[in-house]
Amino acid sequence: MPRSSAPTTLRLDPVVVRKARSLARRAGAPVVKLARTHTTVSVERATLRLAGLAGADVERVPWVNHLVDAVRAGAGLEHGVALPVWDALLRGEADDLLTLAQKAAAGSVTFRVPEGRDAVRAAKAARASVSTGIRRVDASRTTRERLVKRLGDPAQRPWIYLIVATGDIYEDIPQAQNAAREGADVIAVIRSTGQSLLDYVPEGATREGYAGTYATQENFRLMRAALDDVSKELGRYVRLTNYASGLCMPEIAALAGLERLDMMLNDSMYGILFRDINPVRTFVDQRFSRQVHARAGIIINTGEDNYLTTADAVDAAHTVTVSQLLNEYFAKEAGLQDWQLGLGHAFEINPELPDSFRLELAHALLARTLFPDAPLKWMPPTKHMTGDVFRGYLLDGFFNLAGAMTGQGILLVGMMTEAVVTPWLSDRDLALQNVRYVLNAASGLTEDFRPPPDGFIQTRARQVLSEAVDLLERVVDDTLLEAIADGTFGLMKRPATAGKGLDGVVKRAAGYLNPAVDLLEEGATR
Amino acid sequence: MSAKKATVVRPYGDTTGDGMVQVSFTLPVPHSKRAEGAAAQLAEKMGISPALVVHSKPMGPDFTFFVVYGPVHHLVDLSAVHVVEREYPLLSAKEVNAAVKSRLRRKLVVVGACIGTDAHTVGIDAILNIKGFAGEKGLEYYREVRVVNLGAQVLVPDLVERARAEKADAVLVSQVVTQKDAHLHNSREMSAAFREAYPAGKRPLLVVGGPRFAEGAAADLGVDRVFGKGTTPGEVASYLVHALLPAPAPAEAARTTGRKSA
Repeated sequence: MPRSSAPTTLRLDPVVVRKARSLARRAGAPVVKLARTHTTVSVERATLRLAGLAGADVERVPWVNHLVDAVRAGAGLEHGVALPVWDALLRGEADDLLTLAQKAAAGSVTFRVPEGRDAVRAAKAARASVSTGIRRVDASRTTRERLVKRLGDPAQRPWIYLIVATGDIYEDIPQAQNAAREGADVIAVIRSTGQSLLDYVPEGATREGYAGTYATQENFRLMRAALDDVSKELGRYVRLTNYASGLCMPEIAALAGLERLDMMLNDSMYGILFRDINPVRTFVDQRFSRQVHARAGIIINTGEDNYLTTADAVDAAHTVTVSQLLNEYFAKEAGLQDWQLGLGHAFEINPELPDSFRLELAHALLARTLFPDAPLKWMPPTKHMTGDVFRGYLLDGFFNLAGAMTGQGILLVGMMTEAVVTPWLSDRDLALQNVRYVLNAASGLTEDFRPPPDGFIQTRARQVLSEAVDLLERVVDDTLLEAIADGTFGLMKRPATAGKGLDGVVKRAAGYLNPAVDLLEEGATR
Repeated sequence: MSAKKATVVRPYGDTTGDGMVQVSFTLPVPHSKRAEGAAAQLAEKMGISPALVVHSKPMGPDFTFFVVYGPVHHLVDLSAVHVVEREYPLLSAKEVNAAVKSRLRRKLVVVGACIGTDAHTVGIDAILNIKGFAGEKGLEYYREVRVVNLGAQVLVPDLVERARAEKADAVLVSQVVTQKDAHLHNSREMSAAFREAYPAGKRPLLVVGGPRFAEGAAADLGVDRVFGKGTTPGEVASYLVHALLPAPAPAEAARTTGRKSA
């Protein structure tokens, strides 16, 4: 991604900025330690997926679920799935992973945690097998880089991000291709409602989703191939986005890396707060998935917009900043670089409020200035879209203008029919006209827009940053997990001992082995 | 409205009785003279005459978008307009919280579950999870509502047990799977279990929901209310307030008098 044309117009006290980052690090560090000392069923399943185990039984239960469950029942997961699985293969229980999973599902394999020379041999075999998947992820990244070089990035910034969501992958494909032809640079396929709470990844091409299309490896492959076709036609690389969130975050991340998805929604706390997924499960899964994204050259999109849909966008503005700082810390710790951080924020201030647009500019500039090298993800109004499509069109125009004036990186196109219907063909066309008009007319304003040092915008930005520092101090004192349990974020109380997916969290034993984690942390290919 | 006032109306553009309307639509026809003619013909058939196609724009090679203005000759007799009112007023989250706080003086407890073999928590999660549905936050978002979401495949005896332990004011059950009328069977089993377990008149409010339920089937299923496809969390919350916490103040009571559910 080209370096952003970040305006340097906002004067923030560098001491306060440094303090904010250091507080975020102190708040996040204990959680990283937790992630390093635990594993989850989904991390272990992702490891098997990287080793090439795919498919499902006749009842559509994936083989990775069968195998991880069998290992857990037979030998426990404290040492990871790799040692017992490759030990079983070396003992001749089956010729390959798939056969082993099938036999394990039938209950005819005994697993053990190997020791001594057996453990060394199993570890070596596991690493060789898992590294084939890591090399496929690397190859996907190389392919993307080659295609971007040949076809080119979008001519303008921000990149234009459009959503398709029919529930049927074969309907999504022509819609996505049309959206790209109409000007979309990034296509996001929204997932079926509720997929985040499934503890398995569905298989195959799917045609029935609720308000979205299931994320499956085959759907990823089909859509990426369709966008490759349209990229060649248009002479510009069209990116594909999906969601690495919910209970299967690590597996989805691995599949995205294998199938060359380009962006993934991946927030550090979204699943905890908005889906009631266990905090420990989320942080463990998240670290692994971010390590995969880092390796795959995937840009993550974080979900700060969600805070503003539940809380007031002015009162809670600093919670967005806090979340961005935490997301940045967790992302960098997992190996992601600045250009991969699509930190989120949104245009959700009540338009009836005096100076609402000035407040929006202040908040957007604050994010832009705090994270100058990150491609910020700018999200359109939803909360104050009423069904009055004409007023909504105006509001989206102001959203686009704020995005252009403050140099945002990725712009999710707002729809005048938000809260009315899923977008019609004409809605999308009108929305893109709106974006094009504003970018064409006003994107040069980043040059002229210099809010005075002690004016409304600069003062407001400094105030939000100082509120963010105050909140981070409280979080550090309280610890992040306690703060989440107390309802500090989004008013939701989420204790570390409750929530969905808790039973899939396992504390690592001293001899824990996960070749995927090793390969990702070492940057090794073999 | 005074009885003297004219009850026959037509749309208003800038002059009484001009009947002016504006519509926009897309036809799957490449942009051309013929496409504009097709748009005008469609508008005429819709009763807009003369139809003025003021804007037409190609959207890709195969579609054209139109904006059409013109008068309609239809009349509406207001005295013949019948509307079906919701039996409860729709409240905002703030109003729900305020009602619970002032009338119940403790948190309203809602226990939710998918029962039977149904593993589709989409519905119950859409209503209960803070993420919500259709742009509305779920019941977890309501400060004065305590939500216990038991998730999928909950056995009826466990549900009754838990409802008792949590002192539930309302029990929400979601059913998506309809094979062999499983949703109806399960709902009846559930309501029967609550009838047995609680003394008469003491059981929590029973609400079932799912895409294939008929909203009029509450009595048949032995529950208090049935919600169908597309129900939002706000509707459920408003109903709970209406059914459990009837307004005491006369001004408010006037709105709900006589509509209290059985």
